[in-house]
Amino acid sequence: MKLQQATRYAIWAAVETASRPGELVSAGDLAAKFGVSQHHLAKVLRTLALAKIVSSTRGPAGGCMFIADPRRLTLYDIVSLFESDWWNSENGVREGKGTTVADEVSRVLREIDRITSATLRSVTIQTLINNAARRRRREAAEKAGAGPSAQAEALEAAAKAAGG
Amino acid sequence: MSILAKSQAAEIQIGPAALEDVPRVIEIDAKITGEAKAEFWYSFFSGQGSNPKRSFLVARDEGRVVGYIIGTVRAWEFGSPPSGWIHAVGVDPTARKAGVGTKLFNEMVEFLRGAGANTIRTMLHIDDHLLMSFFRTHGMAAGPFVELEMSAEQT
Repeated sequence: MKLQQATRYAIWAAVETASRPGELVSAGDLAAKFGVSQHHLAKVLRTLALAKIVSSTRGPAGGCMFIADPRRLTLYDIVSLFESDWWNSENGVREGKGTTVADEVSRVLREIDRITSATLRSVTIQTLINNAARRRRREAAEKAGAGPSAQAEALEAAAKAAGG
Repeated sequence: MSILAKSQAAEIQIGPAALEDVPRVIEIDAKITGEAKAEFWYSFFSGQGSNPKRSFLVARDEGRVVGYIIGTVRAWEFGSPPSGWIHAVGVDPTARKAGVGTKLFNEMVEFLRGAGANTIRTMLHIDDHLLMSFFRTHGMAAGPFVELEMSAEQT
């Protein structure tokens, strides 16, 4: 599966701003963090603002602030803003319809689409934030040469921080 | 709307299910799934006494059952080394968003780990995005096994 550049930027921006609640984050900051074009990122942020995922403030001290619910907003919500109907790979396909071979191929493609859609719908922005925190803790514990019990404690602490 | 505030969730007690809890578990499960499965729940309850690798836990709020979770350590089915399976988890819709599910999940993971599981698994309907999201929030993700099925009536 290959996402468009804008979609990938939008996901990064949503996760980054959601992990800094109440903070105005500039497009420049985000662009520098991810090493991407600020101009391109600004366009992506405008789309996120129109969708009421972030609020946007203009001016030298301006930026964007995450305003959606990170426990409810999913990857599907963001992807579908930029790539409408892409998960429906059979949409608009007319050739070969009605032949058993084409129908069987369509069935397999719909199976893939369904799994992709379900995965995107079940991953919230908060889950991405939690998993990133878990990864950081695990890597820190490994770097410190901690034993399995210390790593388990770190993972447990991360799980507790995730709430539910 | 949840009847439990986050602060109240701290008072939630997680413990082994008793026989008298089973009707309430059946009721909660039926509320969630639309189907009462008395035979399944009594069968799971009666089987746990003789199996140290099986656990049936409930969450109690001032004695009233508001959630449940069941799990088992199973080995070598489908070629899989010993792993902990979470077969079902449910929280009364009126007691959600207060961390009850998380408490149940954490207790079950602790039990399964203690019973020898290095991996925790579950299986759920592909369209149950809410439950899938719950498991993912706790760090679960797609594993190396894939479920396949066909109609038994297919020729």
